[in-house]
Parts: sequence; structure tokens; C-alpha cells
Amino acid sequence: MKRKIRVLIAKPGLDGHDRGAKIVARALRDAGMEVIYTGLHQTPAMIVEAAIQEDVDVVGLSLLSGAHMTLFVDVAVMLKEKGLDDVLLLGGGIIPKEDIPKLKKKGIAGVFGPGTPVEEIVDFVKKNVLQ
Amino acid sequence: MIKPISEKILQGDQRSIAKLITLVENDCEDATEIMKDIHSHTGKAHVIGITGVMGCGKSTLIYELTKQFRANGKKVGIIAIDPTSQFSGGALLGDRIRMMELAMDDGVFIRSMGTRGMLGGLASAVYDVVEIMDASGKDIILVETVGVGQAEVDIIKIADSTLVVIVPGLGDSIQTLKAGIMEIADIYVVNKADREGVEQTVAEVQSLVDIECANKERKTPIVQTIAKESHNIRELVETINEHKKYLEETKKLEKQRKIRYEAELVEIIRKKLMNFIFNEEKFKETIEKLLHQISIKKIDPHTASEIVLEQFIKK
Repeated sequence: MKRKIRVLIAKPGLDGHDRGAKIVARALRDAGMEVIYTGLHQTPAMIVEAAIQEDVDVVGLSLLSGAHMTLFVDVAVMLKEKGLDDVLLLGGGIIPKEDIPKLKKKGIAGVFGPGTPVEEIVDFVKKNVLQ
Repeated sequence: MIKPISEKILQGDQRSIAKLITLVENDCEDATEIMKDIHSHTGKAHVIGITGVMGCGKSTLIYELTKQFRANGKKVGIIAIDPTSQFSGGALLGDRIRMMELAMDDGVFIRSMGTRGMLGGLASAVYDVVEIMDASGKDIILVETVGVGQAEVDIIKIADSTLVVIVPGLGDSIQTLKAGIMEIADIYVVNKADREGVEQTVAEVQSLVDIECANKERKTPIVQTIAKESHNIRELVETINEHKKYLEETKKLEKQRKIRYEAELVEIIRKKLMNFIFNEEKFKETIEKLLHQISIKKIDPHTASEIVLEQFIKK
């Protein structure tokens, strides 16, 4: 069975900057994946519901407002609650270094800050999605 | 005996629906058995196709239509199709952006699909996805095609009612669209009707309808909407419902469904044959050899195809 990796790229919270999210979405598309973009201002519940309906392998969150410790973790918790344990959860945006280990502990498998080469994200996804 | 997963589909379990759609998209054999289970539970949903050029407001219109259908107590499935890149095989599926507000409504199920190599404005697995949503109890299924030009008219094979969306300002191009998507409409929607030139656009479509429908019992209606402002959406839903009634009363619905099943059957057989011929080891070797002979002009592609088919029939 030829499987295609499906990714949901979402912008939780209130900041309106989605340039980074769009660049990552494009890079993943160019790597042969199907990328669903949700647009701005999503609640964690909306993101998780979209992840269920779209049956994605990966959820990528982008946030620049500083609310990542709340919103990223909320998404992680709700994914688990809904039984989506096998979904690879990634985060990006302006994330202080000291927060990264805390986020990883909460289930955000990869955190990518500004300046990350997109190839690194593509490789991370390919390596970590259960094939 | 019906399988437990099929039972869950029939009960409308979101997670099971989503998983099964992935299986049919990936051409997985496990899906076939479930699809066999659920077929007898389909046929109740009204399948509505929405097509039109890029940027004409298809997604926004679907969002508004869905809100109206929900207000009328209907459960809605949405299939939003975007093009898959021929080069990378990837796709950016962005129709959901305009529909996220519907995400929390459990009477709505939205699925984005890439075309995955299929031409004609649809995705190859779309027939199966329509059946899945139908079996899961959706009353209305809205299928959004890719942004079309002139030739992407396959939507009529799957939809009971086809909406062709146009916007003011296309000018003379309506004339050039005539041979393609302008022939397939059951309902014309002139969206963004607050734009300049709307009178002219409506007049052009009207003159088209007058010619095309001169000898027909039903004249294709034209509905003006401003989807962004929810303007005239209720009227559009009424027009859609009228069309469904018309199909039922004139027994055209049965005919339309037969067209869908035929297209689906052809698609299944095509996929199975292609898989068989291009994935079997034995054929692979033959095809490689033939390709080489074609490139050095020893034989031509037509003769090569006859050789492959002969070998297939013998098998």
C-alpha cells in the first residue's frame, strides 16, 4: 500500500503571523506530503477535531505570541484524550530555549525555532512518522 | 456478518470514517471489504457538486451552505479537493481555512483530498469517500472540485446536482467557458454579486440559458449570492432542494445514480487493471523491454500495447 504522509499545519492562539507556517507547509508539500493548512486563530479543540477528520500523521503548530506553554500543551493533552497517541506533534515559532525540554516532556516531539533549515523539519517528519 | 468497523461507520463514528477514507485513498485492500459491507446502506444522501474557476468563492459558499443546511437539521459531509503536484506528489490543501468554524459541529465532517494524479477536477478515491459519508448518515454531501478551467467536468458523474459558480468581471471569458463547465450546470451561482459588472454577467449567463434550454422542460436557474455576507444563501438552498425534487419526480435521479455507479465501476476496474499490469513482476519485465524497443523505433506504442494486452488475456 502506497502511503502518503498527511500533515496538519495550524496556528493556535491570537498572533497573526503565518509566514513561517506557510513556508513549512510548502516545504512539506514539496517533499511529497499532503499538507492541510487551517489558517489563523484556531483553538486547540478545533485543531484536534481537524486532526481527527483529516486523519493526519503529523500536527505542526506555529505560535509567536508566547502562549506556547499553554496552547501547545493543550493540544498535546487533547490529542491523547481523543486517542490520537500515534500523531507526531511538532511546534515552531518564537520558543525560548529553556521551554524546549519542558515542551518535549509534555509530548511535543520536535520544536523548531527561527532559522531552522526546512530540510531538517522534512527529515524529522520522515524519520519519525511510523511507516 | 457485518464487520465491527463497518458497524462504526454506519453509526457515524468520526474516527472510523476518517481512518477508512485514508485506507481508500491509499488503495488499501482492507478497505475493499468494508466498502462491500456498507454499499447497501448508501443512496440516501443528496450529493451536490460545486465547481468553478479559482477564486470564485467555492469554499466560502460551501461554508455558508453548510450553515444553512445545519439550520434545517441536515447532517453534512464536505469533500474539498485540491490539486496534487505532478512533480513532488505533495499537495497543499487549503479549503479548510474557510470552514474551520464548522470543525466543532459534530453534524459536519470535512475531508480535504489531493487529486493524486487524477484529471478532471476530482480525486480518484472520491467515489468511495462519497459512499462512506453517505453510509455514515450524512444527508447532504458537498463536493468541491479543484479550481477548474474548461475541461474539468467529471463532477457531473458523481453529483446529483451540480452548481457552477461564476463571478462578475470574467467578461468575454464566459463565452470561452461555454464548451466546458458551462454545459454541466444544474444551477448557476453568480457569486460576489456586489461587484461591478454583475448585471452584465447575469445577462450573459441568461442568454446562454435561453439558447441551451430552449427546448428543455427545465430552465437552469441563476442565483446571485454574496457568500461572504451570507447573502441569498437561503434562496440558493431552496433552489438546490427544488432541483432534487425535480430529479425525483422525473425519475432522473435513478439515471444520475446509474451514471455515478458506472463511473465508479470503470474507475475501480481501471485501477485494478493498471495495478495488475504495472506492478506484477512478470509484466514489469515485458514493459521495460517494450519501452526500450519503442525508444529505438523497433516497434510503436500501439503494437506494444497489443502485446501487453495479449499477454494479459492469456494469463
